[in-house]
Amino acid sequence: MEITTRSLWTLIHGMGFGMLYLLACSAAIVELWRRYSPAAAAPVTSRDERFLRFYLLAMAVLAWIAVLTGTYAIYPWYRAVPPAGASLAGYPQRLLLSSPATSGWHSIGMEWKEHIAWLVPIAITMAAAVAFQYGRNLRREPQLRNAVLVFVLVSFIAAGVAGFFGAMLVKAAPVSGGSTLHLIRGAQP
Amino acid sequence: MNTQTRPAHSSAHGTAAQTNGAGAAAVLAAGIGSFLLAVFAIVGDKSAAAKSFFIFSKPTGPLSGVTTSAIVLWIAIWIVLHLGWRARSVKLARINAISIALLVLAVLLTFPPIAGLF
Repeated sequence: MEITTRSLWTLIHGMGFGMLYLLACSAAIVELWRRYSPAAAAPVTSRDERFLRFYLLAMAVLAWIAVLTGTYAIYPWYRAVPPAGASLAGYPQRLLLSSPATSGWHSIGMEWKEHIAWLVPIAITMAAAVAFQYGRNLRREPQLRNAVLVFVLVSFIAAGVAGFFGAMLVKAAPVSGGSTLHLIRGAQP
Repeated sequence: MNTQTRPAHSSAHGTAAQTNGAGAAAVLAAGIGSFLLAVFAIVGDKSAAAKSFFIFSKPTGPLSGVTTSAIVLWIAIWIVLHLGWRARSVKLARINAISIALLVLAVLLTFPPIAGLF
C-alpha cells in the first residue's frame, strides 16, 4: 500500500480540512439557530459563549488552511503544463481538456471550485469575529445573528460545491506524482 | 449609511454599552469582499492585462492575485467600516439585505456559465 506525496496532500486538503469543515458547519448552524435564537428558553452561559467562539475560530482556521493548501500546494500541480510529447497522465487540467467528455470537469467544475471555495474563509472569519465581539449578546441582536447564520449557511453550500467537484475531479483526473510513500507492505500473491 | 438611535446593551463582558456597528461592519465587509472576489475572477478571465496583473505567484497563476487582492481589500474595508461604526448603532436590516445580496451575487458570479455571460 503506497501513496504519492501529491496524492497525500490532496487527501489532507480534501478529506482533512475540507471534509472536517463541512462536518463542523452543521453543528455551527444548529448552535446559532437554536441556542442563539431570541425565543430560546435556556440562557446562553459563559461556557456556551466560549464554545461558539472557539468552535467558529477553529472552523475559520480549517477554512483558511483548506483554501491555502488548495491554491498554493495542489492547484499548481493540477494546472502544470506538460512538456511537448509528454503523457498527460500527470497533468490533470490538460488531461481533462483533451476530451469533450471530460473538459466540463475543468471548465465548470474546477473553475467554479477554485473561486467559490474562497468565499468560505471570508464568511466564517466574519462569523467568528462577530462571536468574539458579541458573545452571548448575539441573542439580543437577532438581525446580526440572522446575518451570521446566512453567511455560515452559504459557506456550507460553497464548501459543499468545492468538495463535490474536488471529489469528482480526483476521480476523473487525479493529482498524482512526487515521491512515493510506502505505507504497508502487502503479502506476496 | 444612515444611523439610528437605539438602546445599546452591555458588552459580552458587561463592561460597556455595546452597539451593533462593529457587527454590521463585519457583515457588510464580508459581503463586499465576497462580491469583489467574484468580480476580480471575471475581470481576470476576460482581460489579458488583468490576467497578467493577477499573477502574483507564477505556479498558481491569476488565481493568486484574484484571491489576494480580494482578501486585502476585504480586510481594508472591514477596518475602515469598523473604525467608523464601532461606536454607533446602524440600520441592520438594510445592511443585512445589501450584504446577503452581495454574497448571493458572488456565489452566482463565480459559476462559470454565468461568469461567461460578461
